[in-house]
Amino acid sequence: MISLRLRMFLILLAATCVIWLSAFAWIHQSTAAKVDRVLDARLAEAARMVSSLISDRRIDVDTAIAMATPSEVVEGYSRQLSCQIWEVGGPRLAGSAFAPQGQLAQADGFGTNTVDGVAWRVFSVMNAERGVRVMIGDSMAMRERLIADVTRGLILPSLAILPVLAGMIWLGLSGGLRPLRRLAGDLAARDAVDLQPLDRHLPPELSPIQSAMNDLFTRVEAARERERSFTAFAAHELKTPLAGLKTQAQIARRGDEAQRSRALGQIEASVDRTDRLVRQLLDLAAVDARSSAEDHVPLSTILRDCVQMTETLARTRGVTVTVHAPADTHRDPLLLGAALRNVLENAIHASPSGGTVTIRASSNCIEVADAGPGIHPEDRPRITERFFRGRRPKAGGSGLGLAIARTAMEKLGGQLQLCPATDGGEVAVLRFG
Amino acid sequence: MRLLVVEDDPVLQDGLSVGLSLAGFSSEVVDCLGDARAALAAGGFDGVVLDVMLPDGSGLDLLAEWRSAGVTLPVLVLTARDQVAERIAGLDRGADDYLGKPFDLEELSARLRAVLRRSEGRAAPTLEWNGLVLDPARMAGTQRGSTLAFSRREFGILHALMERPGAILAKSMLEERLYGWQEEVESNTVEVHIHKLRGKLGADFIETVRGAGYRLAAP
Repeated sequence: MISLRLRMFLILLAATCVIWLSAFAWIHQSTAAKVDRVLDARLAEAARMVSSLISDRRIDVDTAIAMATPSEVVEGYSRQLSCQIWEVGGPRLAGSAFAPQGQLAQADGFGTNTVDGVAWRVFSVMNAERGVRVMIGDSMAMRERLIADVTRGLILPSLAILPVLAGMIWLGLSGGLRPLRRLAGDLAARDAVDLQPLDRHLPPELSPIQSAMNDLFTRVEAARERERSFTAFAAHELKTPLAGLKTQAQIARRGDEAQRSRALGQIEASVDRTDRLVRQLLDLAAVDARSSAEDHVPLSTILRDCVQMTETLARTRGVTVTVHAPADTHRDPLLLGAALRNVLENAIHASPSGGTVTIRASSNCIEVADAGPGIHPEDRPRITERFFRGRRPKAGGSGLGLAIARTAMEKLGGQLQLCPATDGGEVAVLRFG
Repeated sequence: MRLLVVEDDPVLQDGLSVGLSLAGFSSEVVDCLGDARAALAAGGFDGVVLDVMLPDGSGLDLLAEWRSAGVTLPVLVLTARDQVAERIAGLDRGADDYLGKPFDLEELSARLRAVLRRSEGRAAPTLEWNGLVLDPARMAGTQRGSTLAFSRREFGILHALMERPGAILAKSMLEERLYGWQEEVESNTVEVHIHKLRGKLGADFIETVRGAGYRLAAP
């Protein structure tokens, strides 16, 4: 890509040259017209002068011609005018020193004639008293040389000025592009973590760029903040059970028999919870990686798998899971499986021992109703945020289950709704789009 | 020494409560900022072990709130993110010490002893009274050249008395030092342990002040 400065420079230079060339053409034309008019007037005047001088015969023909056509050479323009006097219908009576032998004109008035191979501009006047015709002519070559000299006198200084003009355009562009360079300099000097908005006072052409960049900075900062808080939460969620395991292991080593046995039980519980957390982090990564439904598996199969996977948990907690699924549709097993499994695990954890979790599937939604205390009203708005744990579940959830379910349902084009049941529990509704 | 432990993970809660009791501390465990506020307002704590990420907010915010309210209790902060920037943030918001998860129980106990000692204005790790040198780190003492070992509860009572020599400590205060919040208090435990301590240290080391409590006898 050609540089902006060079591009503008070439455009300006080409435009300047075109304007100059047109100006030269116009000057040439108007000079030629003016020179023709002036010289023509001079021809007519000289012809009439010679004619009047010879009218009363006091001055002879040759002297009159010499007076009208100066013989000295001025700036190379010698032999400018030629004069001839011809008898009407007869021979040539006289001619100036450099006049051609042939007759310059046949008729009165202005004319352009070629005589002896040379082009002439001629004015001819009839002197009736003497019965002669006076003809004064200018060599066309001479006229053209004069015009060319005038034009050249204008063009040559302009050509000498051209490099100076080019230099000034180049410098002017540098000055004009300075705000752009300053903006680039600001960005280049920036630290990688500095996402403060740019606030230079910029020309109107550049401020859209600046505001677009500031907008980008804001979005990058938000994404980074999300990542940072996710990392902080994940670190807390992974390291806390490790701390629990370590303290319990130390107690098992140092405590008495009863303490050791209790600590080992705590270690087992902690390993189960950490296992669930790791599985949820993997679920979350898998759900995040999917953009939409890819496979289609019968809903009854997905339901059966989820119930099977939570069987041990349900048995340990003394919770019964019942399934009502009259209609069978096909759904993505990864996304719906992740959503359903996490909602189901939450429902089992929330339900008291002896309680029942009921799954009701229909063609457009799956409802999971638990027998727990329900979500605390203050927690409701944030309950599906990642790592948000409400105040009710003391069983030590990671705060990921509902976030996974929500994300998975959104990728399926549906949504996760949580509403209190009439009999006190919570109903999670996985609604398909 | 009675500690308030603010931690929401049930296994770690249990580990802290049992582990700290093995090191001679008694503790009350709460799992959210709201309960921590209420417990601290009720009083009776010598120090706080505070987790940073809690279900209803940041432990560091609570700490800053306490500090601006003039709470001078030593606070040890537990965090999963054990990076320099985090430690600085924690210390600058009023923490006395900082420990990254997972931690060693012995290190936690040692650091707690250190911050508690400094909060009492002492630099020496041991307590001395009337020829007895008590080492809280080992829960042991030396008296006239012989080494004495104490049970956890004996040590708790002796430690409480030696922190404030000459002061009378009521039986209820000593019970509070010995038991966590949810532990069942047996009615005559303090008397039983005082009796055992007198057996080890000499009958006149601890005086009974009738109707008020116990104190160390003047040398």
